[in-house]
Amino acid sequence: MSTEEKKNSQISLDSEILSPSTEKEVSEIVREIYSKQLPIEISGTGTKKGFGYNLQTAKKLSLSKLSGIIDYKKEELYIKVKAGTPIQDIEKILDENNQELAFEPIDFGYMINGQSNKGTIGGYVACNFAGSRRFKVGSVRDHILGFKGVNGKGDIIKSGGTVVKNVTGYDLSKLISGSFGTLVVLTEITLKVSPKKQSQITVIVYSDEIKKISNLFDKILSSSNEVSAATFIPEEPSNKNYEHTKNKIFKFNDLDQEGSFLAFRIEGDKRSIDERLKELKIELDLSNFKSSILDVHQSIPFWKKVNNLELFSGTKNNVLRAVMPPAKCETFSKFLNKNYKYYIDWCGSLFWIEVLDRDDEKINKIKNFIVENSGYLTIVKKSENFDFQDTLFTIDNIRLMISKKIKESFDPKKLFNPGRMYRDL
Amino acid sequence: MTELALPKIDKDTISRKDQIVSHLKKFTKDENILSENEEIKPYETDGLAAYKQTPLAVVLPENTKEVSEILKFCNEKNIKVIPRGAGTGLSGGALPLQDAILLGLGKFNKILEIDFENKCVVTQPGVTNLGITHAVQHKGYYYAPDPSSQLACSIGGNVAENSGGVHSLKYGTTTNNILGVEMVMMDGTITRIGGKTLDQEGYDLLGLVCGSEGLLGVITEVTVKILRKPQSVRAALIGFPTVEDGGNCVSDIISSGIVPAGMEMMDKALIDATDKFSKAGYPKDAEVLMIVELDGTKSEVDGLLNKVSEIAKQNNSNSMKLSNNEKERLAFWSGRKAAFPACGAMAPDYYCMDGSIPRGKLSLILKEINELSKKYNLAVANAFHAGDGNLHPLIMFDGSDKEQLRKTEEFGAEILKACVKHGGALTGEHGVGIEKRELMCESFNNDDIQQQLNIKNSLDEKNLLNPGKVYPILRKCAEEGRVHVHRGEEKFPDLPRF
Repeated sequence: MSTEEKKNSQISLDSEILSPSTEKEVSEIVREIYSKQLPIEISGTGTKKGFGYNLQTAKKLSLSKLSGIIDYKKEELYIKVKAGTPIQDIEKILDENNQELAFEPIDFGYMINGQSNKGTIGGYVACNFAGSRRFKVGSVRDHILGFKGVNGKGDIIKSGGTVVKNVTGYDLSKLISGSFGTLVVLTEITLKVSPKKQSQITVIVYSDEIKKISNLFDKILSSSNEVSAATFIPEEPSNKNYEHTKNKIFKFNDLDQEGSFLAFRIEGDKRSIDERLKELKIELDLSNFKSSILDVHQSIPFWKKVNNLELFSGTKNNVLRAVMPPAKCETFSKFLNKNYKYYIDWCGSLFWIEVLDRDDEKINKIKNFIVENSGYLTIVKKSENFDFQDTLFTIDNIRLMISKKIKESFDPKKLFNPGRMYRDL
Repeated sequence: MTELALPKIDKDTISRKDQIVSHLKKFTKDENILSENEEIKPYETDGLAAYKQTPLAVVLPENTKEVSEILKFCNEKNIKVIPRGAGTGLSGGALPLQDAILLGLGKFNKILEIDFENKCVVTQPGVTNLGITHAVQHKGYYYAPDPSSQLACSIGGNVAENSGGVHSLKYGTTTNNILGVEMVMMDGTITRIGGKTLDQEGYDLLGLVCGSEGLLGVITEVTVKILRKPQSVRAALIGFPTVEDGGNCVSDIISSGIVPAGMEMMDKALIDATDKFSKAGYPKDAEVLMIVELDGTKSEVDGLLNKVSEIAKQNNSNSMKLSNNEKERLAFWSGRKAAFPACGAMAPDYYCMDGSIPRGKLSLILKEINELSKKYNLAVANAFHAGDGNLHPLIMFDGSDKEQLRKTEEFGAEILKACVKHGGALTGEHGVGIEKRELMCESFNNDDIQQQLNIKNSLDEKNLLNPGKVYPILRKCAEEGRVHVHRGEEKFPDLPRF
């Protein structure tokens, strides 16, 4: 046993980073910090460190050693894993069995430092940011069947299970999804898995006209032809401070580099894809647009690039994530167009926006627009040494009051990720 | 029935009844307050008709402001409040208490906005589940969750119970199909959670409230997602010579990557019962019968249906019919939908259980239930939402025989404990209510339950909103009732239950 391993096995609070390797150790650490009132920052591999406010805790709790697959039942469509398990490990075993996580985990590694790093499942659940298929299959929280974790007093608690239909007690799996590690230290997560679709194609529709784009999104959402992803990638304003341009990232044989484009994906077996493509061409009036098709070999990497925010790869600027009601797509796009580098996912609902360094006036303008139009905003990357004066999140006072009460019911001494979501929570 | 422990009655509240009723008249019209015995009677029970309690008074507010004022008043005066939608729930979630106000949401019965652009409907909670689909079907849309009581159950109640249905396997339950709610907390605070966006910022309060069985707040408005109707829907009616073959077929279909819109299973006892009752023409030589429904584009559905029939053949199916039109498809379902009334015709009383298990354990649990049936000498018929492992065993008995009643209760509790033992859940879609409250410790330990109680306590400090439901009062595993139907006299006899 190395010196470091010895240190960890004794659950000493001496080191700055505490790395428990069992659930029991997590519970013991939390009991210790509870009695000593020591706040901690909880992390997996740190890929989502930049989300929310910066933390100032003296101690860190790393879940990276709490890793591994506990139980995978292919025919029951679930996988149970330890919370610090890398997403790649989960995706690998599912892929070998022709299954997948339907919510398409985003690889935030590119945005952080230009390299792939999907991080751990615990971190991913904690932020609840689903990928491109969201509007079709639901968010991360819709795929969590159950969990185990340690609350702020050190009690090991659980909720849910492994079956889809379960209405026993409050559905805490939903509540902990998107709580940014402020309610429990997750130790075990059971995820619903889905069969992989046989094949896919992507249709590219070229247009710079926001009105037409938003109209296409609406028709796709209204269609029964089960489109599984739809994005709009506009031509970005020219500015040397943007690291990447769309033409540099989206290089495909069958993708024309000129101008803005909308792309949508059809998944299924070949016959079904052909049939739906035929119908969608009529539904969307595609004869009035210039269009092209990416085959399966281009379609898969195309959506990886969209999903993994490669357009913002290695950026030094701020990255904002805004979700709007689908009918506000046109007005918000017009507000952003030619002024910001951005793109739209989730068939017109999700906006990823890059804002140049230290421009908090611009960010406030965007935030106000979003709030006025019934959307919400999260800042997922802050440019270096830049913490915003105003609150990052767009929450009203009543929900903040309720959130504080719920926080207290899990973590009465406010020890977990203090201030990450809201200043005094 | 076994005696049910209820929260301690506050005699002081009961003695102040007249005073409380006259005070409530300040918040809503006189005619919205019912306090005479004959007016209150219809509210004494919900879909779990075995339990009855007379509430202190029934209040039927007309808008959110009234709800807020009533709750604020009750919170200040320490008066318990039981919220109620259509009262169709099967776990006693809306059972009144003698010292509590029953807050009925029946007057919240309007659809407020149909928003095709945002693919959602904003509605008051008293609107029925099917009422939403009726409002949007002219444009080819529908609301996906389909509990069997959808004709009468309210959407507010669906949110409280996180209702599912036959099609939950593919389309999820209520929690996966709502975008937002307006809710009034026990102290009168009005809050809006979510809206018309996908997901919401901050804690997922919508996820917490959905399925909270009326313990955390009173829902006064719901925004639901609507979906475009699938182009093609077809079903297969498949018989198997053994329970194992049917169970294996369910697992094989799921393992092959097919996600059917619905996958139902019935055992021999139920096939015989429904055949006598509805003349659905089900195969007589089958030990179990399956209905597999597929939806999507035409060629996709045709292709998948062929794949399903191949898998069924590999699992020794001994009869198979594929629907070629809507009439045939509905005929397949007619027997299944008559399952509960058919049982009502077979015995003076039946208990409807609700639990869930992993799909792979279907044949195992069926065997165990049959063994228990012999042990207790009580007939049982089984209906399963096999696709998502949700089972509804129906135990037949004679309620006038006290010994049979006691045995039935024991039998039912053993089934639910077996569900938990096999990795399933105490309740798949009916909720815990008062029915399974004391069985909660089969699934959860003290720390788990304490955490849930802490949440309740943080949002309703005095424990006035729907007290005595969901969480064990005794904190030991007593065995209590299931849905008790006497001589077919269900609380809602016209509602299909499946």
